[in-house]
Amino acid sequence: MLLASQIENVIKENLDCEFIEVKGDDGTHFEAIIVSNSFKDKSMVKQHQLVYKTLGDMMNKDIHALSIKTFIPEQWKSK
Amino acid sequence: MSEDIKIKKLIDDNQILLFMKGNPKFPQCGFSSLACQVLDASGAKYETFDVLQDLDVREGIKAYSNWPTIPQLYIKGEFVGGADIIKEMYESGELVKLIS
Repeated sequence: MLLASQIENVIKENLDCEFIEVKGDDGTHFEAIIVSNSFKDKSMVKQHQLVYKTLGDMMNKDIHALSIKTFIPEQWKSK
Repeated sequence: MSEDIKIKKLIDDNQILLFMKGNPKFPQCGFSSLACQVLDASGAKYETFDVLQDLDVREGIKAYSNWPTIPQLYIKGEFVGGADIIKEMYESGELVKLIS
């Protein structure tokens, strides 16, 4: 079964994250919070596309649903 | 290639179009259901396309927008986002502005 920690590791390997947390324990539905400087000056669509890109084929095969919240470090600090 | 043309026509022909699983009365997935609820709450008049009825569109739309999941919302020909983004835009008031 796919674990949240596996998804977290794949994203971390492919994207410079200041903070990341992936939750979900049913093997198919996950939630991610990701803070990265790479999101700077990008639209929300582009930010989420960056995250999807790190996961590549996993999005089509293993992950039924991944809810994503993206922040740049400045936004995250003011949270 | 023909799917691309079909998808483009669908998007061009409908001011607000949601590609979803199922339909607004019987959504087949929680995220599609959420997208409909948010659009309803915004007072949007929207059309939907059930990707479960058309496998070519279901796969084609993912390539078209470089977005791997359903639902997908298009307003005035532009890809707006999936369920998370639609919800965030509703909460910030952006969605109501975009559809008016």
